[in-house]
Amino acid sequence: MNKQGWRVGAGHAVDEARPVRFTFDGVAYSGLAGDTLASALMANGVRLMGRSFKYHRPRGLVGIGAEEPNALVAVRRPGFCEPNTRATMAELYDDLDAISQNRWPSLRFDMGAVNDALAPFIPAGFYYKTFMGPTRKAWMAYEWMIRRAAGLGAASREPDPSRYEKMHAHADCVVVGGGEAGLSAAIEAATAGERVIIIDEAPALGGWRLREREVNGAQALVATLRGFDSVTVLTRTTAFGLYDGLQIAAVERAQDHLPAFDAHTPRQRLWLIRGKRIVLACGAQEQPTQFKDNDRPGVMLAGAVRGYLNQYGVAAGRRAVIVTNNDSAYQTALDLRAAGLDVAAVVDARETLSEGAAKMARDADVEVFAGAHVTRAIYKGGLRAAEIEQAGRIRSLPCDLIAMSGGWTPAIHLSTHLGGKPVYDEAGGFFLPPKPRPGIEYRGAMAGEGLDRAERPLRLAHDRAFVDFQGDVTVKDVKLAHREGYRSVEHLKRYTTLGMGTDQGKTSNLAGLTIMAGLTGKSVAETGVTTFRAPYTPVSIGALGGMDAGERLRPVRRTPMQDWHEMNGGAMGESGLWRRPKAYVRDGETVLSAQIREARAVRGGVGCVDVSTLGKIEAQGPDAAEFLDRIYASPVKTLKVGRARYGLMLREDGVVLDDGTLARLGPNHYYLTTTTAQAANVLAHMEYHAQVTWPEMRVSLVSVSDQYGAIAVAGPQSKALLSRLAGEEAFDDAAFPYASIKIIPFGGVSVRVLRMSYSGERAYELHVPADAALSLWEALIDAGATPYGTEAMAILRIEKGHVAGAELDGRTTAADLGLAKLASKPTDFIGKRMQARPGLVDAARPSLVGLMPADGASRIRSGAQITAGQDARNPGPMLGHVTSACFSPAMERPIALALLSGGLQRQGEMLFAHYPLRDETVAVTVVSPVFYDAEGARLHA
Amino acid sequence: MLIHCPFCGARDHAEFSYAGDARLKRPAPDAPEAEWLDYAYQRDNPSGPHEELWHHVYGCRRHVAVTRHMSTHEILAARFAGTSGVES
Repeated sequence: MNKQGWRVGAGHAVDEARPVRFTFDGVAYSGLAGDTLASALMANGVRLMGRSFKYHRPRGLVGIGAEEPNALVAVRRPGFCEPNTRATMAELYDDLDAISQNRWPSLRFDMGAVNDALAPFIPAGFYYKTFMGPTRKAWMAYEWMIRRAAGLGAASREPDPSRYEKMHAHADCVVVGGGEAGLSAAIEAATAGERVIIIDEAPALGGWRLREREVNGAQALVATLRGFDSVTVLTRTTAFGLYDGLQIAAVERAQDHLPAFDAHTPRQRLWLIRGKRIVLACGAQEQPTQFKDNDRPGVMLAGAVRGYLNQYGVAAGRRAVIVTNNDSAYQTALDLRAAGLDVAAVVDARETLSEGAAKMARDADVEVFAGAHVTRAIYKGGLRAAEIEQAGRIRSLPCDLIAMSGGWTPAIHLSTHLGGKPVYDEAGGFFLPPKPRPGIEYRGAMAGEGLDRAERPLRLAHDRAFVDFQGDVTVKDVKLAHREGYRSVEHLKRYTTLGMGTDQGKTSNLAGLTIMAGLTGKSVAETGVTTFRAPYTPVSIGALGGMDAGERLRPVRRTPMQDWHEMNGGAMGESGLWRRPKAYVRDGETVLSAQIREARAVRGGVGCVDVSTLGKIEAQGPDAAEFLDRIYASPVKTLKVGRARYGLMLREDGVVLDDGTLARLGPNHYYLTTTTAQAANVLAHMEYHAQVTWPEMRVSLVSVSDQYGAIAVAGPQSKALLSRLAGEEAFDDAAFPYASIKIIPFGGVSVRVLRMSYSGERAYELHVPADAALSLWEALIDAGATPYGTEAMAILRIEKGHVAGAELDGRTTAADLGLAKLASKPTDFIGKRMQARPGLVDAARPSLVGLMPADGASRIRSGAQITAGQDARNPGPMLGHVTSACFSPAMERPIALALLSGGLQRQGEMLFAHYPLRDETVAVTVVSPVFYDAEGARLHA
Repeated sequence: MLIHCPFCGARDHAEFSYAGDARLKRPAPDAPEAEWLDYAYQRDNPSGPHEELWHHVYGCRRHVAVTRHMSTHEILAARFAGTSGVES
């Protein structure tokens, strides 16, 4: 176990009495409770923490918080691995196991580093320019290698075993940021009687004040705030997005800091918080400065250096050179000195120091080079020196740490999520948030308060100065973008990938556009900034999904007979939110042989199928008849009470929306069914027209889909079977002819019986109150009905040429489906006018036909493309496609329905159905889509 | 986004489904073809206030005509579709 040789004092955040063991790349280390992975590694003298994205350059810590671009590691837990974890945000726990990323074979010796030597030859855009030729062939060949060489961490391929949760919360005032400004705002709001939620990403409230030598003030504010019952404090919680309606989205890392997860607590919680007002007190982020090799381990932000020292008692180096353009870095000099560390010099870009800077320099007793710049970091297995330039004179200052401050810029990200352009503050050298929307206010640094004025002389740094550490974007790349005309910030970003990393350019955007402004001769304000979008920091997909994952992704809808299906061999298939039995598979059967047995049983006797999934709508009111007549293409007003008919419904553009049964129960009362898939859409469609198009019509619509179970009983024996259950009289054909509806009691339960058929056989649809559906189903089976599933149902309707979802694909008209007569009534209805437009009456439109294999045996597949040419490699123009196909037990051969250009005019032609996914071509003959009982005699059998 | 349903009150937009332009008027059956084409296909996309329908599918199932600023998502008014009065 290594000694923590760089722990030089007592940090506020750590507990020296509680050591914590952890490993990094398999090496065991010891840190302290309260450490982050970053501070613990630093305490152990680990400086190299990762390899860069493109050039594989060695990288170490730059920052101390959410802004960290370099120190991305993968944290492994039993069962999963979280890549791209910022070491600065990972709290240390016992046996934390982290590994470095984007290196092979090891972090210290990385083969990919050859890219760094090749850097002059691989500028921004290199891969695309080189490999993305006119054919893309080279790109296709090399993409894999390029993507492998470049990158960050690898996502786990295992399912995420963690649990996540979503919380919705409301407050009078939501404060984002637990620093001094946020705390004050929260205390004010709570004092005024408001319910407050305050959010901070750190484990404790206090913000930057916790990184000072003196923290009593911040702790007093926190104590005051904690005294209010009306305040909810969310720590370890990152507010990552601001949305319309004053809503904050935040992710709480509820367990990531614990050695073992408690099974009763989610790993992370997604908070969706609405506030009557929102206070953004997000603080500020320090910016780096640019000089050659400014990305070397040992070059860090000055504020971060101070933070590691005060918060964790860890020295980032023993002898520092501080480079700055503002006053804030002098505090770093003071703090380092107070800890007994050496400060070689402060290199200040400003010609004249402010009074404050001069005083702090004196207090720290440190040499200052004014009007000077660091030109290069000298790195040889470790940081050796800073090369500086003052008035043309170059000198080298030995050091093992360069603490840089390019000024502070408010963390304005959230403030721009609702739109609005940030405003450049010329005097301060930073962007301020846009004018706030009503209900949003800014506090502290976000309001421009307390920020040190930074001077940004427009002076171009060395080509190999890094602007974006995470994206490996250098000054040279920005110059190249400028030279090639990608001068707007949006183009600069996309061309160089500046600011496109997981850190969203928190430490790079300002530098990048300052350089571009220098190159174009425009001001920074004119150059502008790119748009910040949510999320502020990466959010795991698991947190966004919450509980809605796996089997809970979507609810499963169950029919009243669901359990029966599952217990009686039902091979369940997905159908939207439903699980429906494809077939009831008996011993020794396959799904295919079972469905054929079932279809035969219907044609030869009687079968029953659960059709509870159909949409069911009640329409009532004095204007119901008139309203439905306008909704359906089929005539409605002529339908007599007690009768039913096939109902076809179009969209206003003339395309078929849905089909089903419409039945009249009374003068002002209709019972309608829709297809399973369109149930919700049809109701919404009807409601739209009832409320918006014809609001004067007195009609009420209500879905009764869940209130009724439905069973279709089909086959020549259906009448006999039902008569046995409910009496012969009820099913007398004279009183209950085809296409009618009747309410028939079955053992005391009123059942709506529709005499309609979609199988071609005599059939009845039994709509029964849901709680009685299962017992009726069982009674039917006990009486001798063969249960059949959706596959047999499909066979029966394909044999009869009845259309279903595959044909009602949102592109077909009534005429395409051979149903033109059903949509030809003289009165107005939805879709009537538009179905006559030229594109919909074109004779070449694909229309419904039947297909049989020319050899009488070959399987035709749904989705096969139909052409006149046999050669699948050169098939000629596509004439149509196969929509539904099956093996027909009635015809004893495969059959299919297809939408074919020219339709039945091609009857008798031989064409070819190509299915390239299986390399199949079948010669097919065009026939009528009604394969079985074309005259319809069996409906009345 | 919060939508003020005149019946249910302020609700999250996730309870609603979008139902298009609120100002569409279905032409008479014998209206000129151009009018029908406009009705079926042509939609304005203004950068500014626009009245649109939101169907409160997980609420009262009424269509609410919402005047929303298309750039800022600010909601300026809401009423039931098919009524003329401003109800909220």
